[in-house]
This record gives sequence, structure tokens and C-alpha cells, in this order.
Amino acid sequence: MKFVYLIWSNLMRKKLRTALTLLSVIVAFLLFGFLAAIRQALVGGVEVAGADRLVVRDKVSIINLLPYTYKERMLRIPGVELVAHQTWFGGIYQDPKNFFMQNPVEPEDFMKMHPELKLPAEEMKAWLDTRTGAIVGRKTAERFHWKIGDKIPINTPIWRKPDGSQTWTFDIVGIYDASDKRTDTTPLFFRYDYFDETRPARSKGQVGWYSIRVKDPARAVEVAKAVDAEFENSPNETKTEPEGAFVQGFASALGNITLIVRSILGAVFFTLLLVTGNAMAQAVRERTGELGVLKAIGFTNGQILGMTLAESCLLTMLGGAVGLGLSWMIISQGDPTGGLLPLFVFPVPDLAVGGVIAVALGVVTGIVPAWQAMRLRVADALRRM
Amino acid sequence: MSQNDVLVRVQGVDKVFRRGSEDISVLRDLTLEVPSGQFLALMGPSGSGKSTLLNLIGGLDQPTHGTVTIAGENIASKSSQQLAAWRARHVGFVFQLYNLLPTLTAERNVELPLLLTSLSRAERQKHVEAALGVVGLKHRTRHYTRQLSGGEQQRVGIARAIVTDPTILLCDEPTGDLDRKAGDEILTLLRALNSQGKTIIMVTHDPHASHAAGRTIYLNKGQISDTMPE
Repeated sequence: MKFVYLIWSNLMRKKLRTALTLLSVIVAFLLFGFLAAIRQALVGGVEVAGADRLVVRDKVSIINLLPYTYKERMLRIPGVELVAHQTWFGGIYQDPKNFFMQNPVEPEDFMKMHPELKLPAEEMKAWLDTRTGAIVGRKTAERFHWKIGDKIPINTPIWRKPDGSQTWTFDIVGIYDASDKRTDTTPLFFRYDYFDETRPARSKGQVGWYSIRVKDPARAVEVAKAVDAEFENSPNETKTEPEGAFVQGFASALGNITLIVRSILGAVFFTLLLVTGNAMAQAVRERTGELGVLKAIGFTNGQILGMTLAESCLLTMLGGAVGLGLSWMIISQGDPTGGLLPLFVFPVPDLAVGGVIAVALGVVTGIVPAWQAMRLRVADALRRM
Repeated sequence: MSQNDVLVRVQGVDKVFRRGSEDISVLRDLTLEVPSGQFLALMGPSGSGKSTLLNLIGGLDQPTHGTVTIAGENIASKSSQQLAAWRARHVGFVFQLYNLLPTLTAERNVELPLLLTSLSRAERQKHVEAALGVVGLKHRTRHYTRQLSGGEQQRVGIARAIVTDPTILLCDEPTGDLDRKAGDEILTLLRALNSQGKTIIMVTHDPHASHAAGRTIYLNKGQISDTMPE
């Protein structure tokens, strides 16, 4: 600790250079935070996907509906414990920018399938008692200042009502939370019976996709094969996969998000490596004579190496802490897209990764100048004072 | 001179530097003894080997041949790690250009050698104040080097050199960058330290400065000469 002021005073030698280098580190870590949040928003669902849940969709495309009758047949397949379903409603609340998902579900099966969603018992009862009832996630409720008892009109270009109207009105009977903050709490769920009775006759008795809970996650692959075999050669053949793979499939439609994020960050940190490394090399070169003085006084080669490395680490750790802190604060304000990235949160593990990168960056950028400082011959260094 | 009185013994020392393919012999079979408590001035023209000899005595460099013994310890056989620890304990350096760290205040500069000891912060501060008191700069402790005159900077340099109470003080042209008045103040200070028992070896070009020392030896082409070379 007694060397800290010495290290700090070296950083303060050229304030402008230190400030600019620090700024570049801050910007890099700000970007790191944002990209981590974007990646989380796009592929984070994979991490929270249930290991015991399978998703069954039409083999050709998810936009093709599956018969409601499949539910009973699936329940008869050995290893299947529970079956629930959802259908894409594709509604718009007031403005297309106000995006959030709304899906019709069968409340009891759906809530059993998703124990990560927390809904008070009295609100669940109200949902079961109200045909036009809907529950909405906390995030969307807060975003639009909805409360229980509100009537919410939602327009959908997909599902016309018998009177030709595209506006469906739902009664908010519950607001749910999630047990894990990585779980999306933006969707609205309403009752499938109301939906099925009201939608056009040609599409009645069909659902978008099924979720299956298997009794034994170790046998999930076997059950998935059995489900697909059950509906083989039917007009609606199925594709059954683990929920994680299903979510990943959605994210993959945008490309390999993780690879894209890593590539951008790789380029940013490589540039930062050059910028910080150059600043450190210059800083050490400038004070060759002073390093000679310290060695003459009795500082060992190891102490000189340690102090120079500590200097570069202090710089990158300070910049990293500020950058990560700023990105944390900004990301905590929520989804900047108005609903397109509902899981826009700073993943805690990435915070630790950021910390490790900051230290590693300090070591890598400082090691060469520190090594050179350590190897300096005292008599030679003093001549350069 | 008895064996026990000798603090510095340089015996049969050669120092050869290699410049490209050429060997340059700077010190040749040099032998010198400096008793404890002596104030020795080393004079000679540029390139005569004065600073090289000072570097060898201070453990900043190693002789090509021969031995350098300080207080009975042969420092020529020490590793760089051992030499660093030895310098911290036994040697105080005063440089021509003061060599203070410009980013630190006077007191922080003086404190530097104490960072290598196990003293507490309060103890270090006490030593720093005492050293700055000796050089008459107690009132300038919080000033940065750029706020001090050349003479004051050199006095801070001396305070830094004596703060650990080293066995020997090595001064490389300590008045070389100062005007006569400031130079005289530094020489008076060095004499005062010597009168308190401190062994001082000073390299100088200046005959006036050498008069402050109790003994003067001359170096010429890497060897000790009885008289000042032409």
C-alpha cells in the first residue's frame, strides 16, 4: 500500500494522456456492457429455458398451426407429464413501437408449465373466472401504467373477430412477476377459450406450438422422438426439441449473436491493447532516468516490475470499473428500444468477466514496458536523467 | 591505516566497457582505500573514470576484474537483488542534476528510500522531517521540485541520501549544476555531515569544491595519479 501514491503520481505525470487513455478504456467497457446486455436480450432465453421442457411445433414452419387435438394424444405418450400451448397473437397496443408479446393460453396448464412466473392466488382465481381476463408481466404493466381492472384494447392484423373488428379488449386481472430477473416479464397472456370462440371459424381448434414437460429430463430426447413419431405422416407433422434449442432457433434467425458480439469486442479490446500499451510504453520511456534513481536508492528489479505493472493495471481497472459502472447504470434504466429487447439486463457473470478482462488488459499492456523497466541497468538509466 | 579503519577497499579493479566490437578500458588495476569518516574528493578530466569508480563503490555496476569491499563485504560478488538491498541499507547517492521525482513533493522524495524499510508511516514521517531539518528545508516539505531553486533541490537530494543514515554518501558532482553561492552551501552541508562522522566520496571537476574535502585523489586514464593531470 505504501507504494500506491508513487504509482498514482506516475499516472498523474501527464494528465491529458492519462485522461485520454482512461477515456478509451471507459468507452471500451461501456461498449462491453451494452453488447453483453444486447446478447443477453437476444439469447438470454436459452439460459433460463427449462431443462425438462420440450417445444413441439409444425415440422415445416412455426407459422403453421397445429391441431388442438394433439394435446390429448401427447399426454398419452409415455414420459409426458404436462402439455400446454400458446399461439402467436401479434397484437399492437396503440402504436407498433409499443411491442410486447400477447399469447392465448389455457391458464392452469400454462401456469403449471411455467412455475418461474409468480401470480398471486386471488389473481389466478380472477383469471379463471373472467373469460376476457388477461395477466400481464410487471415490466409491461409499469411501462404503460396498467393496473388490475383496466380494460386494454389490442389490435391484431392476424385475428379478426366475427364482426370484422381487429380490436380485442382484455380485462387485466393479474400482474405477474418472475422468480429470475432473466425471465421476460413483458408478455401478456389471455384465455385460449375466449380466443378460440372469437376468432374466425377457419382457424378454430388450432394452436401455435406446444410445450411439454417430461417426467424425467434425462429421457427428454427419447420423448421428443416419440412425439414426432406419433404425428409422422399426418397433415401436421411435428418437430420437437428442447426449449433451449427452440429459443436458440429464434435468436439464430438474426445470426450468430454470440460470435458477432465477441468479434466486435475482440476488435475493440485489441485496439485498446495498442492504445494503452503505447501510452504505457511512452510513460516508462519518459522516466528511464527516474527508474534508475529508484534502483540506485535500492528498489529491486521485482519492485520496479511490480510498480509498472500495477500502474497499467490501475489504469485499466479504473477505466473498467467506471465503464462497467456507467453501463450498469444506463442498462438499469431498461430496454432502450421500447420493447424489442425485453431481457435487456446486465448479466452478472459478464460483470465478473469484465473485471477479469480489465486486469488482464492491464497485465498485457504493462508487461513489456515493465519488463524493459526491470531490465534497465542502473548506470545506463542514470545517464538518461 | 589499520585494517579496521578502512571502510572502502578497491583492490586491483579493472573496468572494461564494450562498445560494438571495441573494448574500452575505463579503470585499470585500480587500488584505493578510504577510511571510515573520511571526506574524499575524486578529481580528474572527463573520461578519467571518476563516475565509473563511484558507480562501482556504490554497487551500481560490477568490476570486470578485482574486488570492491565496503565495510568488510565484497560487493562485487553480490547478485543484483542483493546489491539493491545492500544499497538501500548502506549507500546514499547525491547526483549532479538532483534526480528528484518531479511528480512528488520534497517530503515524498525524501521518503522514497524509507519505503524499502519496515518503518510505519508515522516513523517515516519523523525521519523525513529530521532529514529535511538537517538540510534546512523544513519549511519546504510540501513543495514540488519545480517550486524549489537548484540549491534547494540539491538539499532535498541530500536529505533523501541521508534519511536512512547510510554507511557512506556518494556524491557525483553535487555542485556541478549550481552557482557558487548555492554550491558553497551544499559543500558546507556536506562538511557538516562529515564532521558528524559520515564517510563521503565526492566526484568533482571543481578544485574549489575539492578543497572542502579532507583528501583529494586524481584519476587519469583509469588510474590514480599523484597530481592533477594537465
